[in-house]
Amino acid sequence: MATVAECSKELHVLAVDDSYVDRKLIERLLQISSCKVTAVESGTRALQYLGLDGEQSNVGFDALKVNLIITDYTMPGMTGYELLKKIKESSVFREVPVVIMSSEDVLTQIDSCLEEGAEEYIVKPVKLSDVKRLKDHIMRGEPQANGKSGLLKRKLIDDIQASSVPLSFSSSVACDLESSQLPSSLSSPNCPFKRPKLL
Amino acid sequence: MGYVDDQFSQLHKLQDESSPDFVVEVASLFFDDAEKLINSMARALEQPCVDFKQVDSHVHQLKGSSSSIGALRVKNVCIAFRSFCDAQNREGCMRCLQQVSHEYTMLKSKLQTLFRMEQQILAAGGSVPLE
Repeated sequence: MATVAECSKELHVLAVDDSYVDRKLIERLLQISSCKVTAVESGTRALQYLGLDGEQSNVGFDALKVNLIITDYTMPGMTGYELLKKIKESSVFREVPVVIMSSEDVLTQIDSCLEEGAEEYIVKPVKLSDVKRLKDHIMRGEPQANGKSGLLKRKLIDDIQASSVPLSFSSSVACDLESSQLPSSLSSPNCPFKRPKLL
Repeated sequence: MGYVDDQFSQLHKLQDESSPDFVVEVASLFFDDAEKLINSMARALEQPCVDFKQVDSHVHQLKGSSSSIGALRVKNVCIAFRSFCDAQNREGCMRCLQQVSHEYTMLKSKLQTLFRMEQQILAAGGSVPLE
């Protein structure tokens, strides 16, 4: 897969959120991070934009340049999870990273999104630092073998600990972190991601 | 407890010359959203047979948008409100509705005052510190 950085310096992001407030926020967060943004209010509209709704046979020229899709999880009609699945089923868009945002930090929900191939799961409210980190990560074109990268679980745990939400982890999660499947680049001193505080 | 938390100052980081009224714009969207949601909650709770899932859905949305703009007290009432929805406790819900409405009104009033003052400072040629 060609890296995004090679194709274009500017990320084109499709943002999906049913909340007016959150849509405005994510749009601004992305604009200020020098991304081009298309913001829509539902999974259905997102699929229409991408030409995946079955109605249109031709996807819009702009939609083809989407480098990242960031979607809210809880939406009426089609959830972010259902949208994620539809995108991953598409031959045209399955390689596009999909990030899920949610105010809920429910581990089972997080896990199922990652299993389905989500690039990341960000707990709301989304901050400028989240977008910056995400953008750097996407621009570097770091490939994810599947959604279960240890990298993502680390970031989640850092986030959850930073927000001081008490959470009890099942032993299987703790084991995943210690697995030797972590990409070697993460153990380099230049790794931008914090080491997890193992419980 | 403060009316707004750190998220409110995060919003100011998103305001610059290219988007000089961002905070006011987001706050306005929040006001519209909150008022619609509070009205919907009230209507739902007035029904002879209350649909608590529906009420909870409105509260969840309000919790989300209040969290996004840093409206701490409104958000905290929403958290309690959701527990009463889960328990299908109408009395508890009614109390929370009153509380959330009160907190929202206070917040709106304070923010509008703040914005007015900022406008006045800017009009007088001054600048508003971010911290």
